[in-house]
Amino acid sequence: MPLDPYLKEALVAKLTALADDEVVLAQRLSEWVGHAPILEEDIAIANLAQDELGHAKLYLELRQELDGADPDRLVFLRDPLEYQNAILVELPKGDWAFTLVRQYLFDAYENLWLKEAQGSAYEPLAEAASRILKEERFHLRHSALWVERLGLGTEESHRRAQEALELLFPYAKQLFIPLPEEEALAEAGVVPDLRALEAPYLEEVTRHLERSGLKPPQGGYVPKSRKEHTEYLWSLLAEMQSVARWDPEAKAW
Amino acid sequence: MVKLRIGYPEDPDYPERLAEFEARIARGEKIEPGDWMPAEYRRQLIRMISQHAHSEWVGMLPEGAWITRAPSLRRKLILLAKVQDEAGHGQYLYHAAETLGVTREEMVEALLSGRAKYSNIFNYPTLTWADVGIIGWLVDGMAIKNQTMLAQCSYGPYSRAMVRICAEETFHHKQGKEAVLLYARGSRKQRQMVQDALNRWWWPTLMMAGPHDTDSPHTPLLLRWGIKTKTNDQIRQEFLNEHVPELLEAGLTPPDPELRYDEKTGNWVHGPIPWDEFWKVINGEGPMNRHRLLARERAHEEGRWVREAMEAHAKRRLAQAAD
Repeated sequence: MPLDPYLKEALVAKLTALADDEVVLAQRLSEWVGHAPILEEDIAIANLAQDELGHAKLYLELRQELDGADPDRLVFLRDPLEYQNAILVELPKGDWAFTLVRQYLFDAYENLWLKEAQGSAYEPLAEAASRILKEERFHLRHSALWVERLGLGTEESHRRAQEALELLFPYAKQLFIPLPEEEALAEAGVVPDLRALEAPYLEEVTRHLERSGLKPPQGGYVPKSRKEHTEYLWSLLAEMQSVARWDPEAKAW
Repeated sequence: MVKLRIGYPEDPDYPERLAEFEARIARGEKIEPGDWMPAEYRRQLIRMISQHAHSEWVGMLPEGAWITRAPSLRRKLILLAKVQDEAGHGQYLYHAAETLGVTREEMVEALLSGRAKYSNIFNYPTLTWADVGIIGWLVDGMAIKNQTMLAQCSYGPYSRAMVRICAEETFHHKQGKEAVLLYARGSRKQRQMVQDALNRWWWPTLMMAGPHDTDSPHTPLLLRWGIKTKTNDQIRQEFLNEHVPELLEAGLTPPDPELRYDEKTGNWVHGPIPWDEFWKVINGEGPMNRHRLLARERAHEEGRWVREAMEAHAKRRLAQAAD
C-alpha cells in the first residue's frame, strides 16, 4: 500500500516512538545483566534486552525504508528531548519486583498491540508485528509468572510487588495515548486504534494482578503525551550515547 | 601447594582399580559420573570445573559494564548475546561439577567466601570500549586454546560442556577481532584507544595460561589422567603463534620489547612475564578483586528475598497440585 505524504510522516513518528520504548527498556534491562538474583535470570534478562533491542532495530529499519534515516544515528546521536518513549520504560530499574512488574505491564500492552498490528494495511509493519509477537509471547509468559511468584510468594515479595505497582500503574495508561498524528494512521488501518485497546488491557492485567494477590491502584498521574519525561531520561541516554558521541571523527563503530 | 597424594589408597582394591581406570584413559575412553575414579581425580575436577564456572559468572562483570554504553545497535546486540552466553556457560559448568557430587550452593558459597578462585584476568578493570574488543579477541582467544584442549578431557561431562562452549567462544573471538581490526584502522582516537587496551591486557592475557610448566604443580597428574592434554606453556605458545602475526599486521604493537620470532623453532618468543603481579592478583591484591566479589555478594544478598519468593511459590504450587 503506497502511503500518502501525511500518513508517511505520521508513520515515521509512530515507528520512532515504538523503537524508543524498546531501546529505553532494553537499556534498563541491560543494567541487570550480571546482577540478577540467580544465574538463570541473568540469562533470561539478557535475552529480553536483546529481543527488545532487536525489535527497536526492526522498527527503525522500517522507518529507514520510509525516510532513509540511519537507525544508529537515531539511537545514539539523537537528543533526549526528541526521544518519544513512554515514561514507564525510563524509570530507574529499582528492585527485581519493580523491573518485573514494569516488564509485565509493558509486555501485556505489547502483546495486545502486536496482535492487532499483524492486520496492518501497511504490509511491512504487519510482517514485523508477527515476527515480534512470536518473541513477545514468551516475554509475557515469563513476566506474568514473575508477577504471580512475587505477588503470592512471601510477605516481602508481595509488599515489594505492590509498592512497584502503585508507582507504575498510572504510567501504563500512558501507553494508550496516541501520538498527535496517529488517528489518521488508525483510520487508514495502518496501526491499531490505541484507545480501543485500553479497556481490554485494563481488564486483562487487573485480572492477572488480582489473581496474583495484587491490587491495581486508583488515580495517580498519567502523562498526557510522549513529549513528557522524567529527569531520569537524560542520564540514561548520556550513558548509552557516551561512546558514540566521544569521537565525532569516528566513521564506524 | 597441593600434594600429589592419590585418592584413597587405603582401599584394598585401590591399586587394581586405579590400574583399570588408567587403562581406560589410555584407551581414550571417557569417564562418566557413576564410574569409579580416584578421589584425587574427582577433587581436581571439582576444583577446575567450579573455578571455570565461577570465571564465567564473574567474567560477565567487566564486559557487562559496557552493554549500556555499546556504540551501535549491532555492537550492543552482540555484547548482550556474548554476556548471555557466558551466563549459559556458567550454568553448564555448574551442572558438570554437580555430577561429581558438589552442589551449586556449596560452590557459590566457596566463591563468595573467597575460598574458590576464578580466572585472574577478570580482576582487571575495563577502562574503555576498546577493552571489550580486546577481551573478545585476546582473552577469549587464550580461553579457546585452553577450552579446545579441555574438550579432549577424560571426564565426559566436562568434555561435552567444552565442545558446546568452544562453538560459542569462536563467535566471541571473531567479533572481538573484527572490532579491534576496525578500530585499528579507524579514527585517531579509535586507534589510540585500541593500542592502549592492548597495552593493558597483553600481560594479563599471557598469564591466563597459568604459570610456566616448571612452576605448575598440578600439571603432571592432570596430564597423566587426561584432564589436561597440553601444558600451560604449550597453550601459551599456540596463542602467541596465532595472535602475534595478526596483531602486527593490524598495525598494533604488543607491549613486549623482547618479543621476537624464532626462525629455528617457528615460534614467537615472549620476554619475561611479570609473575610477581600474577601471584599478587591471584592472592587477592589485584585492582578489581574486591569489586568483583562485592558485586557477586551484593547480587546474592539483594536476590535473597527473590529466591525465597520463588521457593515459597513453588511449594505452594506443589501443595495445590497434591490437593
